[in-house]
Amino acid sequence: MNIETVANPKIIVKDLNFYYGKFRALKDINLSISEKMVTAFIGPSGCGKSTLLRTFNRMYQLYPKQKATGEILLDGIDILDKKQDLNMLRAKIGMVFQKPTPFPMSIHDNIAFGVKLYENLNKHDMDERVEWALRKAALWTEAKDKLRQSGTSLSGGQQQRLCIARAIAVKPQVLLLDEPTSALDPISTAHIELLIDELKEDFTIVIVTHNMQQAARVSDFTAYMYLGDLIEFGDTSTVFTNPKRKETEDYITGRFG
Amino acid sequence: MLNLYTRRRVINALGLSVSVLAMLFGLFWLCWILWTLLDQGLPALAPAVFTQMTPPPGSAGGLLNAIAGSLMMTMVGTLIGTPIGILAGTYLAEFGQRGWMAPITRFINDVLLSAPSIVIGLFVYEIYVVRVKHFSGWAGALALSILVIPIVIRTTENMLRLVPSTLREAAAALGAPQWKVVNFVTLRAARAGIITGVLLAVARISGETAPLLFTALNNQFWSSNMDKPLANLPVVIFQFAMSPYEDWQNLAWAGALLITVSVLTLNIVARVLFRQSATTH
Repeated sequence: MNIETVANPKIIVKDLNFYYGKFRALKDINLSISEKMVTAFIGPSGCGKSTLLRTFNRMYQLYPKQKATGEILLDGIDILDKKQDLNMLRAKIGMVFQKPTPFPMSIHDNIAFGVKLYENLNKHDMDERVEWALRKAALWTEAKDKLRQSGTSLSGGQQQRLCIARAIAVKPQVLLLDEPTSALDPISTAHIELLIDELKEDFTIVIVTHNMQQAARVSDFTAYMYLGDLIEFGDTSTVFTNPKRKETEDYITGRFG
Repeated sequence: MLNLYTRRRVINALGLSVSVLAMLFGLFWLCWILWTLLDQGLPALAPAVFTQMTPPPGSAGGLLNAIAGSLMMTMVGTLIGTPIGILAGTYLAEFGQRGWMAPITRFINDVLLSAPSIVIGLFVYEIYVVRVKHFSGWAGALALSILVIPIVIRTTENMLRLVPSTLREAAAALGAPQWKVVNFVTLRAARAGIITGVLLAVARISGETAPLLFTALNNQFWSSNMDKPLANLPVVIFQFAMSPYEDWQNLAWAGALLITVSVLTLNIVARVLFRQSATTH
């Protein structure tokens, strides 16, 4: 699928290659992410879907031996450009990880931590922002009476929603979800999937998932990757019901992977 | 099949008994030491031990000046060594992935960690005591701090490495600069472990004799002047235990019991602290 065919592209990836040391983990990736839509990356383990997601906020920069070449345009500006301020980029692109990662502080402070990096709010405004984020993440009713308790005291599913609240409290434009439900039980998973549906009103969402049904349920566009190649990309219903490539069909129908 | 099962059971029983025997062997000596200490030390542990100064030979007295000197030097040594150790350990774990500085520092620290404490004492003697031309509490504290630093560096680095990298990534993904990630997230997550390390370092130095022999020396009288020779439990025990006077020998037992009990207590507190933090995370 051609990159121009997506309406309202928020992110455009051009000829992206990624290296772990000498190993080339992404090979000439080209695709676009639509604004305020959900785009899912699927594929077997090691196909590069998480690697691709982690280039969008330059997470790989934490590790000395990893590097990316090519272009990733966010609203037309190349984020791989070394001159781009990393912290400002990450203010625009939030991320939620596979395992819940509450910080060792209270629920309130978990959310305030990110906000404080960019805004100087007084106590009242901060409390309002915390409530707003927790409501958005559908955690407010469960957490409102224990905002001063440690974030680690929540259940796994609640912790993951806390992480989502923490990410959206900064008011990013894009939300990256790296297998956000793979460590959760089915009920918590359903919670998060519902949430994704609501969040796409405000945010552009990119989700990596192992679970194909999940991709089919929550996403508008799907990219199927295999061994560092982008095999097929298109709107979800087409990819799942009428894939153009044989490899995609084999994976989706469970004959492979 | 039955044969295989029996063989496994026999091997298991054998392995288990050998392990239990080895454990009992180690425990036996520890219990013996503790028993002897209690047996000899408890009767000597009169109130005078905590209220009177170390006596001249042949008369009664206590250990108050030695206890106070030990506490002062241990405290100052810990206060000097802990910040340096935590900062260096943080550098090794969080900032040292690139370049050659960290591996070299780590190697030197490992050498320092296993350096005989008498060498540390002689070193401080050479660079400090010889220059100011007298023994002093400061010199003793300095020698102890050099023992604290490598222990705290090692535990700080290890504890920070136990913090899952996803936690660092999560904080970095919010756009936090590295110093904030380290200060507010990883160091906080490793806090209990680092405190444990500091407590273990205190336990280690509170019984050290060799580094104090060449630095703080000893003082028969009450003194709280860190710039003068300072009495301390290990050196007093060393001196009194070697003497032919029974009063002195009894005081040495009391001192040995005091040190052992405080080291034991510190170790237990460290363990409890660490276990509590392990269950809440």
